[in-house]
Amino acid sequence: MSAEALKYTKDHEWVKVEGDIAVMGISEHAQHELGDVVYVELPAVGDSVSRGDALANVESVKAVSDVYAPVSGEVIEVNENLEDHPEQINKDAQGSGWIAKIKLSDPAEIDQLMSQEDYQKMIS
Amino acid sequence: MKKTRINRAHYELNGKMVDFAGWDLPVQYAGVSEEHLAVRQAGGIFDVSHMGEIYLRGPQALDAVQHISSNNAARLEPGRIQYSGLLTEKGCFVDDMLVHKLSDSEYLLVVNAANLEKDDAWIREKTAAFDVEVHNESDDYTQIAIQGPNAQSLLSRFTSAGLEDIKYYHFVQHEVRDVYALISRTGYTGEDGFEIYFKSDADFASTLFLDLVNQGKDLGFIPAGLGARDTLRLEASMPLYGNDIDDSHTVLEAGLGWILKFKKGDFTGRDALLRQKEAGIQRRLVGFEVTGRGIARHDYPVLWNGSEVSRVTSGTMAPYLKKAIGMTYLPLEATEPGTPIQIRIRNHEVDARVVEMPFYKRER
Repeated sequence: MSAEALKYTKDHEWVKVEGDIAVMGISEHAQHELGDVVYVELPAVGDSVSRGDALANVESVKAVSDVYAPVSGEVIEVNENLEDHPEQINKDAQGSGWIAKIKLSDPAEIDQLMSQEDYQKMIS
Repeated sequence: MKKTRINRAHYELNGKMVDFAGWDLPVQYAGVSEEHLAVRQAGGIFDVSHMGEIYLRGPQALDAVQHISSNNAARLEPGRIQYSGLLTEKGCFVDDMLVHKLSDSEYLLVVNAANLEKDDAWIREKTAAFDVEVHNESDDYTQIAIQGPNAQSLLSRFTSAGLEDIKYYHFVQHEVRDVYALISRTGYTGEDGFEIYFKSDADFASTLFLDLVNQGKDLGFIPAGLGARDTLRLEASMPLYGNDIDDSHTVLEAGLGWILKFKKGDFTGRDALLRQKEAGIQRRLVGFEVTGRGIARHDYPVLWNGSEVSRVTSGTMAPYLKKAIGMTYLPLEATEPGTPIQIRIRNHEVDARVVEMPFYKRER
């Protein structure tokens, strides 16, 4: 997944839009700040979420980090591989370390996300 | 924030710096898990200069130490160390510490960074009636911990002291690369290792730290930070003041009765602890492992027989044991290994069970 295609939230989540589905995870910057991820608590398939709701938890050795829904909709798929291999988030946060796929209930929300460029500015 | 004399080295090694008890220190370099495993398998090098060094010197140094320390310092000869506690009148912890005997008139207490000012004031107050001087020399000392199975091999490249003759909980005073140092076979990791204490300028201290890292490479050493220090000590079941021991749980409740020597004479907290020993304790610190899915962390609620009875004092995903472990105080009836408990992790209860401590013990 090329980084330029991604949009971001100020809470360090990334989103890739594929039609009316949003794939999301935590950013490369976020995984670097967190350190070794040892546990991921995934949302349940079928959950309805609103933008900004607590969606998942990512735990490093030292701390727990909340992950928020970047968009509103229904969770249609979660990355179950993270249950046995949480370290995938460190290895490929913006690719195979994706956390959930959300079917968009309000596609206009995508316009409110940050561009790659704006996110880079925010974190530097 | 205060900086240790090794600060430059941390930045050169790309340490991820945090404010720890007012000190600018690395929580990690390569990563907590990687550093933790390196210490268990080869070695790690830690800057622990934030720890406190308080000397008691004078004709009544031993009497003063005996009055404030729960363990029996009269059993020490020069070059020996014992783990002990500075206790409140109720027999709870002001701090835990290592007592070093240098001579009949000189003792060194090594205490926690977070408690240094409190400990210093408390020691001065409690020893005021004795012919002894209290010297807080914490700011003068740099302290480096070299921990792991290869610690002796690495440190022997930097000193001509006969390290193989230093037994566990003993120390010598000898040059380390031209600086006079106290070299003790102690540590907070559960592995073999040394701690060196010395006075020098920042240039010397940082250079020494970097040279230890460089020369340690072929022995498998990496620099290690506060994160790994915490996971290592928890895996080895060593208590942390502020988490597992504090001023609201007694030494007996913490399972540390062996640092109490009632027959040696009076010490602060003795009477309260004797009464509690007589009456019996109602609760005790235990280790547990999570059997369900999740990681128990400090302050998460602990349930037994359906009701909340305490909080997790320390908890983590142990990098070597690869299990979620933790400690908590439980009612005495629940402290038998195998007792099922639950940990409330966010909004659900996860199964766990009481286990014997230590979680990890190195092969000797």
